[in-house]
Amino acid sequence: MQVSIRSLLTACFVSSALLGAGVEASAAANPAGSAAEANPRGQILSLSCSSCHGTDGKSSGIIPSFYGKTPEYIESSLMDFKSGKRFSTVMGRHAKGYTDEEIHQIAQYFGTVWKNNK
Amino acid sequence: MSHKISRRDFNKLLASGVAGSALGIFGARTPAYAAQNRVVVIGGGFGGAAAAKYLKKLDASLSVTLVEPKATFYTCPFSNWVLGGMRTMQDIAHNYAMLRTRYGINVIADSASRIDAVKRTITLKSGKVLNYDRLIVSPGIDFKWNAIEGYSEALAGTKMPHAYQAGPQTILLHKQLLAMKNGGKVLICPPGNPFRCPPGPYERASLIAHYLKSKKPKSKIIILDAKEKFSKQGLFKKGWETLYPGMIEWRSGPTGGKITKVDGRAMSVTTDFGVEKGDVINIIPPQQAGKIAFEAGLTDASGWCPVNPSTFESTLHPGIHVIGDACIAGAMPKSGFAASSQGKVAAASIVRLFQGKEPAPPSLVNTCYSLIGTDYGISVAGVYSLSPTGIIEVPGSGGLTPMDADADHLRQEAMFAVGWYKNISQDIWG
Repeated sequence: MQVSIRSLLTACFVSSALLGAGVEASAAANPAGSAAEANPRGQILSLSCSSCHGTDGKSSGIIPSFYGKTPEYIESSLMDFKSGKRFSTVMGRHAKGYTDEEIHQIAQYFGTVWKNNK
Repeated sequence: MSHKISRRDFNKLLASGVAGSALGIFGARTPAYAAQNRVVVIGGGFGGAAAAKYLKKLDASLSVTLVEPKATFYTCPFSNWVLGGMRTMQDIAHNYAMLRTRYGINVIADSASRIDAVKRTITLKSGKVLNYDRLIVSPGIDFKWNAIEGYSEALAGTKMPHAYQAGPQTILLHKQLLAMKNGGKVLICPPGNPFRCPPGPYERASLIAHYLKSKKPKSKIIILDAKEKFSKQGLFKKGWETLYPGMIEWRSGPTGGKITKVDGRAMSVTTDFGVEKGDVINIIPPQQAGKIAFEAGLTDASGWCPVNPSTFESTLHPGIHVIGDACIAGAMPKSGFAASSQGKVAAASIVRLFQGKEPAPPSLVNTCYSLIGTDYGISVAGVYSLSPTGIIEVPGSGGLTPMDADADHLRQEAMFAVGWYKNISQDIWG
């Protein structure tokens, strides 16, 4: 019988996660860390966005910044890119890669991460 | 490559995998008792520097050490702009000052010569030994110097640059273009798949044409390609017809594109169809994972590094994560953007693992701009997630600039390319 190595890896990983479950968390009192504590899924979905839009969404060039914007603003912008209601060169192609729920998570992450930087 | 294995092997690997994981957690250095969890990152490029920065950003309590021999890092992205005369080397130079001072990363200007995956130590070229709890290896590519008869590192350094690791190689190729006569012939010879930056050779042809068109308009560029097709092919060909009609010729592998031999003295290359001479010859050799990945036993028969697609932890050595061009990342291309995306996922995973928590399922992105002319930009985008078969592109997402994009759209993409570079380099080294 053939088994995908991916499921094998997942199996190994789950084992290690279970083994490590009792280990105490390291002290991580820092801005991005606390946003991640609350929303690890939002964080992992959002980290790539910073490459074009700047760290924490703070852009220094022509690409729009969303640092300091509300979760509602970010979510509705992404939904409009996804539906094509709002014209874009590349954002539509990105937004179609996420479910509505994932877009909600991304908006929550970027809509709050900047508050912790104050 | 196939990732299918038999049930018996599965059980064997599962057992060893659990053993490895157990060692990692209850071994010599247990996170619960460690004063500070130590992560070492080897390689300060798009993958490694992003991973180091985001490790500290996500958990400031970590001890993060970055090992990178070069004090100045020149990016491959935008190095074609230097060849086209639109940027200087200074514009694509980055250093590690901010990672040191702002993020508290211990940056060591040295290279790793040995990794001991069992003792979890790295021996540097200087002889210094570093201990780690988790290691990230981001070594980029190495060239298969024996793949093309007559080609060598020495020839690349003198007459036929690859210019596929930015720095002195970029400068050499640029100087050769500046010295070439009007009416000269430039040969660009890209390798077969997989290789770093799939659109790179074709953006290079475009921006060399941009330079030649205004300074040496009688010149010609011939791309002798090992492949039958290439990245963003339709868009590039359309751009070449629009901006540089008659200047760029592309020959596919089966139609005389694949080179088998080079001659530095005669300044020529040999294909199945005969000998082609060039005034400037840019050989981009076939590639494999960076040297340290081989030496540490992180590569498989393909010459690249198999990893757990969720955390980028090596499937061959627990505790070592491999990111960037060197790793096998399913549908993702080998690009600087992909490397930084993987670096962030590895960093977030490591932070969670140290906390004894399950890492979030990965979400990865690639966004690459190519410039064809000053106001003519095109892009490829991809959003990637984990499936039972590995990392796949999310169906219905991503893709290329539309073929019918108008001049305004292409101009915007050219402007966004500049914004892209500014932010991605700041996000990594700033």
